[in-house]
Amino acid sequence: MGEPETQTENREEVQAESLVLQRLREQFGQALLEVKVWRNETTVVVRPQDIQGVCRFLRDDPDLAFDFLSDVTGVDRLKLPESSPRFEVVYHLYSLPHKRRLRLKVRVGEGESVPTVTGVWETANWHEREVYDLFGVPFDGHPDLRRILMPDDWEGHPLRKDYPVEASPKWWEEEPA
Amino acid sequence: MTPSHTMTLNMGPQHPSTHGVLRLVLELDGEVVVRCVPHIGYLHTGIEKGLESKRYQQGIPLTDRLDYLAPLSNNLAYVLAIEKALGITVPERAQTIRVLLTELTRIKSHLVWLGTHALDVGAMSVFFYCFREREQILDMYEAVSGQRMMSTYFRVGGLVADLPPGFEQQVQAFLAAFPDRLADYEALLTQNPLWRQRTVGIGTISREDAIALGLSGPALRACGVAYDVRKAHPYSGYERYQFDVPLGKIGDVYDRYMVRMAEMRQSHRITLQALARLQPGPINVADPKLLPPPRHLLKKSMEALIHHFKLYSEGFSVPPGEVYQAIEAPKGELGVYLVSDGSARPYRVHYRAPSFVNLQGLSRMVEGRLVADVIAVIGSLDIVLGEIDR
Repeated sequence: MGEPETQTENREEVQAESLVLQRLREQFGQALLEVKVWRNETTVVVRPQDIQGVCRFLRDDPDLAFDFLSDVTGVDRLKLPESSPRFEVVYHLYSLPHKRRLRLKVRVGEGESVPTVTGVWETANWHEREVYDLFGVPFDGHPDLRRILMPDDWEGHPLRKDYPVEASPKWWEEEPA
Repeated sequence: MTPSHTMTLNMGPQHPSTHGVLRLVLELDGEVVVRCVPHIGYLHTGIEKGLESKRYQQGIPLTDRLDYLAPLSNNLAYVLAIEKALGITVPERAQTIRVLLTELTRIKSHLVWLGTHALDVGAMSVFFYCFREREQILDMYEAVSGQRMMSTYFRVGGLVADLPPGFEQQVQAFLAAFPDRLADYEALLTQNPLWRQRTVGIGTISREDAIALGLSGPALRACGVAYDVRKAHPYSGYERYQFDVPLGKIGDVYDRYMVRMAEMRQSHRITLQALARLQPGPINVADPKLLPPPRHLLKKSMEALIHHFKLYSEGFSVPPGEVYQAIEAPKGELGVYLVSDGSARPYRVHYRAPSFVNLQGLSRMVEGRLVADVIAVIGSLDIVLGEIDR
């Protein structure tokens, strides 16, 4: 778009962000696969096996205190330029005392599972069920991993990119695209 | 193993006091709820999938259908997320109109909550009064957009049209009468012993549990947690308005009632300020790639004709990246997570629906309580299945 960057860098915010990154680097140096800041939002990609430890640290460290999990969702990267590993599970953390947001991500391939964070934030329960239901990413150690929006006997995972937008499952099986 | 003396009762999905197609499986010991398992998904319409297949502007009408009691809040979260990814800010007048209308939306949404919640608990007349006032806000929706419910009024980069003549007087007339109306509802309920018996100390949830369960909006603030996205991360110029964030103490049904009643007063206050701030000016960003040119230019300007054609045949593209934009919707933190691959359609859109998360707290609030309290607690959560099931 022709629009120039209109966002002003808030110095205080940038310092606060770097505090989060600094603490994460100290604690989990090799586990941070990627760090990205875009539009004043920080994204950190970690290895699936580290997600529970990173979350627990972020929640319990008093300087960070990410006590509120806003959201967990998934992305199927099948049609992105970089499509392997295929799935991304995205966590949106929020710190009520420090008014700060952070986006965490893990990447897994087809059939691989992600450790659950229900032990860190109870609210992850339904969010993870939704990711499992709509993307087919299983969560290890989840207390109640069932489909949540689709019927229990549904075939396929509708938010995958190779799932057609308009189709009934039967039709889809009879006429592969 | 289920002990033999408990009974399993299916409540919903066709039950008037579950506020839509919510189904609860209740395990009862006499009249006491031992376990409550919600089943959702009956209204799943694949809105997130649908948004991926539509161009950015085309998706806005779909978002109306999430929380259909507050369509403009859903519009706002979506267009703000796209505007954040584009790196643009809309002109002042558009921001003020957005604040004005989303605060009216909050009042409208809270009126439906109050009416139906009171009806569930047995106070019939409140329902009629609330819907009388809501009708006036629906008339305003109709005046600005031509639609009473699915308004689709906001656009990426501004608004679809400016306010119609006489709109400000219409809002002023409503605002002048509203505080008295609100006092009427409170006179019917706040000190009513029957109302208090059904709500005080019912469905209590602790501050710690509410945070762990991710509750937001009035359900969280009723526990005394002062988290309001409008204050914590102002958008659309909320930092310029004077308003308070009402808080409760113990997080029971009555606190949630009091918080929402006070919020309507604050929304009234913000709406008055927004009216006073309304100055003539542009309502759209001056970018012909985002918004269609004025109609009269199409017959004179080749440029305008080309822009018009390109906008409606290809749409506009958003730079690759991802953003999360949260707003304070009537039900709580409404977040939009947008992933762009640089094309004219969103690669992925996810709605963090406040009702979805708040409903997760239901089991915690009703287990160990009477089955009649389940009705009162559902009413106090103010859920809309449209955004839960998406």
